[in-house]
Amino acid sequence: LSRIGDELYLEPSESGLSLRAVNSSRSAFASFLFAPLFFQLFEPGSAGPDTELFRCKVHMKSFLGIFRSLPSLEKSVGKCLILLKPRASRLVLQLHCKYGVTKTHNLAFQECERLQAVFDTQRCTSRLCAPARVLAEAVVHFPLTLAEVTLGTGPGGKISLRNYVEEEAEPSKTMVTELWLAEDEFQSVAVAPGSHITFCLKEFRGLLSFAEASNLPLTIHFDEPGRPAIFTLDDTVLEVHLVLATLSDLESNSQSPSTNGVSHLPAPSDDFPDDLESYMVAMETSEGGLEGPPSPTFPLRTPRPAEREPEEEEEEEEEEGAVPGTPPHKKFCSLFFGSVMTPGRPGPATSQEVLAEDSDGE
Amino acid sequence: SGERYALSASLDNARHLSSLLRAVHFQDYATCLATASGLRVTVEDAKCIQANAFIQAEIFQEFSVQEESVMFRISLSVLLDCLTIFGTSSLPGTSTALRMCYQGYGYPLMLFLEEGGVVTVCKINTQEPDELLDFDFCSTKVVNKIILQSEGLREAFAELDMASEVLQITMSPDKPYFRLSTFGNAGSAHLDYPRDSDLMEAFHCTQTQTNRYKISLLKPSTKALALSCKVSIRTDAQGFLSLQYMIRNEDGQICFVEYYCCPDENITEAEL
Repeated sequence: LSRIGDELYLEPSESGLSLRAVNSSRSAFASFLFAPLFFQLFEPGSAGPDTELFRCKVHMKSFLGIFRSLPSLEKSVGKCLILLKPRASRLVLQLHCKYGVTKTHNLAFQECERLQAVFDTQRCTSRLCAPARVLAEAVVHFPLTLAEVTLGTGPGGKISLRNYVEEEAEPSKTMVTELWLAEDEFQSVAVAPGSHITFCLKEFRGLLSFAEASNLPLTIHFDEPGRPAIFTLDDTVLEVHLVLATLSDLESNSQSPSTNGVSHLPAPSDDFPDDLESYMVAMETSEGGLEGPPSPTFPLRTPRPAEREPEEEEEEEEEEGAVPGTPPHKKFCSLFFGSVMTPGRPGPATSQEVLAEDSDGE
Repeated sequence: SGERYALSASLDNARHLSSLLRAVHFQDYATCLATASGLRVTVEDAKCIQANAFIQAEIFQEFSVQEESVMFRISLSVLLDCLTIFGTSSLPGTSTALRMCYQGYGYPLMLFLEEGGVVTVCKINTQEPDELLDFDFCSTKVVNKIILQSEGLREAFAELDMASEVLQITMSPDKPYFRLSTFGNAGSAHLDYPRDSDLMEAFHCTQTQTNRYKISLLKPSTKALALSCKVSIRTDAQGFLSLQYMIRNEDGQICFVEYYCCPDENITEAEL
């Protein structure tokens, strides 16, 4: 969660305790829901007819500081008590340690609105499920500094991962890494052919480490470029959701909007509502969108042998003739307010093939 | 040559001395006092805190002091650098042998260090000793006293919230018995040790006392705590704090380091 936001939201409910975070651009959201059974004792307090269960947010760093050294925690802490004291304005975390020693932390908190991203896994056209290890081993090939990665589907059910290269990047100074995973590496694959999405790798890596450590399979639900990608982990007492905005694909041919009832994020206007409630209302009442969904397929281009990118290919030797050569205009949709973050780039550039030449003499 | 040294001492393993001195090394300069009982090295700061390292005469292979006592001021940083001149990592079986000589007032302290046949001679200038603080802390004036196994405090001290200006110590015959508190940016934190904890070797609290000490002054005591097996924590009626650390060296011999600290005068409202 700390890879996503600076504030930790705590939302207790009848279904358990939810810990959430959102990033500053509202393009990444994560929630960890611990069922009541996860705890030895779980009392969410009582909500009256007019009052909701108390929620709060605290500084991520302050909270993490309490659990600083995991090895020493494992050795010396028996149990942890979390108390929310609205009247004292304190979130109390009490660690019961060896030898009868008690460590009590009284954290200041802020009240907050309910933090909830807009998403629905049922409405995603594609779904992949793989052991965390498979994805972790795939992602390790990308540099830690890489911002975005593109997940795509290819013939024969293969799944590709490729680093996303910005259109302004100089072809001669860019390295492209692409790897393909066979269908049998996954526990299940149900994808729309030729679909692809581009999302932020950094935020995904956080979830991946958690999934690996807890040995849980990871499911990726995705749809068209521009619609959020949802990464989920499921366990008997824990439900994890990571929702990441994806780059939308403006290069596509305009097609009639799909009419499967999917409501699109409203296009940005100068006075778009900036409070969650009116946005939620707008979401429920909007019909169709102002932008057609981008084409699920991307243009195929046959690379000329002389200029073929010396791609590194892991996992599969089969080199596809189809290279996704259309870096989308960088537009991440906000998951919450429908605002589209456009870092002031020029209009969609004509696609250029990226040629990764040797980089000596820099 | 028949010269009589005011202080002359030999030690087979210089680490017996250097590790103890490191536990009080929070200022450059220290005052050394040698008497027939042994060596005491004192470091002070801000007229609020004093640390003493005691190395008894029995620890040394040879220890002789000509007059009643010999006292001088010396750079502790330089002394430590010289004692560890052959390096600080200890290979099993190797140790640095030390011979220390001091002719008297105005003379430098001479160190002869030998390891593996290599000899180094160091001469460190000495100075007029400063007057030392006297905390006047004797057992009859102690209000509260506990003895804890260091193991229970080590991590706590190492992880003290340094964003807090003070370390607040509460000692009481009633709950919370023994509590360490900090007040940092995120909020307050309290560490409670119950009187019946396995870590508690002795518990003699007669009165509830809460005192605050500047955390920056006490933080250096973490080194002494790390070396020690037991610590005694005492306060007097004025809130002066005495921390005494029992340290076992590599040969199993016992030495002591103690810290004295004045309570912080700037009392601001605390949240408990």
